[in-house]
Amino acid sequence: MKLHEYQAKNIFAEAGIPVPESRLASSVDEVMEAVEDIGYPAAIKAQVHVGGRGKAGGIKIAMDEDEARQAAEDILGMDLKGYTVEKVLVEAGVDFENELYVGITMDRSEGKPVAMVSTEGGVNIEEVAEENPDAIAREHIDPAFGLHPYQARKVVFEAGIPRDVAFDVASFLSTLYDLYEANDASDIEINPVMITSDRDVVAADAVMNIDDDALFRHDDLAAMEEDSYEDELEAKAGEYGFDYVRLSGNTGIIGNGAGLVMTTLDLVDYYGGTPANFLDIGGGAKAERVANALDMVFSDENVDSVVFNIFGGITRGDEVAKGINEALEQFDEIPKPVVVRLAGTNAKEGMEILNTDLVQVEATLEDAVQRAVENAKEVSQ
Amino acid sequence: MSIFVDDDTRVVVQGITGGEGKFHTRQMVEYGTNVVAGTSPGKGGQDVDGIPVYDTVSEAVEEEDATASVVFVPPAFAADAIFEALDTDLDLVVAITEGVPTQDMAKVNKRLSETDTRLIGPNCPGIITPGEAKLGILPGNIFEEGNVGLVSRSGTLTYQVVSNLTERGIGQTTAIGIGGDPIIGTSFIDALEAFENDPDTEAVVMCGEIGGEDEEQAAKFIAENMDTPVAGFIAGRTAPPGKRMGHAGAIVSGSGTGTAESKINALNDAGVPVGDTPNEVADHIEDFL
Repeated sequence: MKLHEYQAKNIFAEAGIPVPESRLASSVDEVMEAVEDIGYPAAIKAQVHVGGRGKAGGIKIAMDEDEARQAAEDILGMDLKGYTVEKVLVEAGVDFENELYVGITMDRSEGKPVAMVSTEGGVNIEEVAEENPDAIAREHIDPAFGLHPYQARKVVFEAGIPRDVAFDVASFLSTLYDLYEANDASDIEINPVMITSDRDVVAADAVMNIDDDALFRHDDLAAMEEDSYEDELEAKAGEYGFDYVRLSGNTGIIGNGAGLVMTTLDLVDYYGGTPANFLDIGGGAKAERVANALDMVFSDENVDSVVFNIFGGITRGDEVAKGINEALEQFDEIPKPVVVRLAGTNAKEGMEILNTDLVQVEATLEDAVQRAVENAKEVSQ
Repeated sequence: MSIFVDDDTRVVVQGITGGEGKFHTRQMVEYGTNVVAGTSPGKGGQDVDGIPVYDTVSEAVEEEDATASVVFVPPAFAADAIFEALDTDLDLVVAITEGVPTQDMAKVNKRLSETDTRLIGPNCPGIITPGEAKLGILPGNIFEEGNVGLVSRSGTLTYQVVSNLTERGIGQTTAIGIGGDPIIGTSFIDALEAFENDPDTEAVVMCGEIGGEDEEQAAKFIAENMDTPVAGFIAGRTAPPGKRMGHAGAIVSGSGTGTAESKINALNDAGVPVGDTPNEVADHIEDFL
């Protein structure tokens, strides 16, 4: 789960990390009220879960009232990479001398969190990592002990942070690690951390993502989740509890297990088709869940054909067949051709009850995908 | 021969009285696995189909000489269950649970490095040595005894590839699902090394997927350390960057690491043929044998 900048900054501020004075606003009038209090220069920043907001026009600096109004009108309601901007953060501009980068994330290959510090803040850190990896100092953290104060100092000195603010940045980093651990964050990133002309250290941006698997023990964070689905179908998948990703093709895909569903997508592509979605019904799905999955894929207007691929381990073929029958029997005419392939647990029982007047059946994954791709080509012509 | 489990493995099921635990215990016993005990805190003294239930893993180890555990405990308590297993001297812990918080696994990973115990998973289908033992949820009937080892990050994809092998009469020494999470116990390299040292394993299938760099590291290991031929498969060629494809670990990062292309290239460079379809993986294995 991604937090918005304003949500992350509230958490930072409560923990004692300095952030610029700011207000959240959702209308032009609210923006104008906020700038009146905060003064100029003021930054107007779109609150959407999109990287590179600044380049895409989602962040503007206003030096006076006219500019503030113009920025508010431009940004509120704008479409940023598929998301509509409904809220902006109005923030006091910071008079800075240096911009730093500070982040904490999980290093998968080490199985440990890693703290990262760089003097090259304010730019795309992934580009820095690629072009000049030595510009980022890294320190792995033992999750049993947390970030030792000496480690925070070490990584800050290694990064070449100016000496007069080094201790402040180190203590800033220690607080961030405490927040990372206490909130089950998957990443925390502040880019940039600004060193002001008074040599204060301020968090000018804030990225904080929470591990979805840990939300069960963070009701406060779960309550902050705002519907930010890119489209209605993804929102619907959220309601049904499916792992679902919408793509741009016309062959709808339903299966069980992430690896096998991904493979089915890849095969649709391999046989010359275009996948419309990733939909994993998960393990042990019952008939109703299967019917919901078909409903999802049918309601995608891009879909011309559907392939249903189940290899049952804990999922039973007869339950799947029952769900397919139930979903399809309610139609006078099947909206889109469906190819079904059942294998594994109770596949035989499933094949016996499957209503083959309503679906096409194939015995292998390869044949099922090829047939669905052909169907998609025919329908779209 | 086989790796990690065989008919001498004595299994304790953690969470044996839960719905999943009970169901899969029956399936494991039916397959011939030697399930000697179960645990469920507070239910010590009861039994499940005659299998004694204990309050703690250490009791199960002491009383029934358990050598391996299978964890069917819900995600909120899974890390605690794995710590409990690691604090006894079990040889193997297989964690089936999906959805264990990543920071919990980082702590488990630290503790694991201080023990001699092997952890498989979490978020995995488990491990099977056909004809001898199955620890987990894999459907036993698709496997057959034979000479091919298999290691995979995904459950159902494993079943698909195994059925492609078994249909041709190609059996397996051992098949392991290592799990789709970012932090897991047994890596591709651990499994590949064990297969390399197993005299009966004549070829190995490795099924990877997008996300992380484990497949690239495995490719390097194969090139430098393996004589046993390996065929590969990588799922997620069509996955767009930044989208989590079901598994928490299956995500191509914004900066482009973890792509299928990078993994396929690394494997090809290591002399590992990568199938475009699961059936092509079986073709490659057939060529090796």
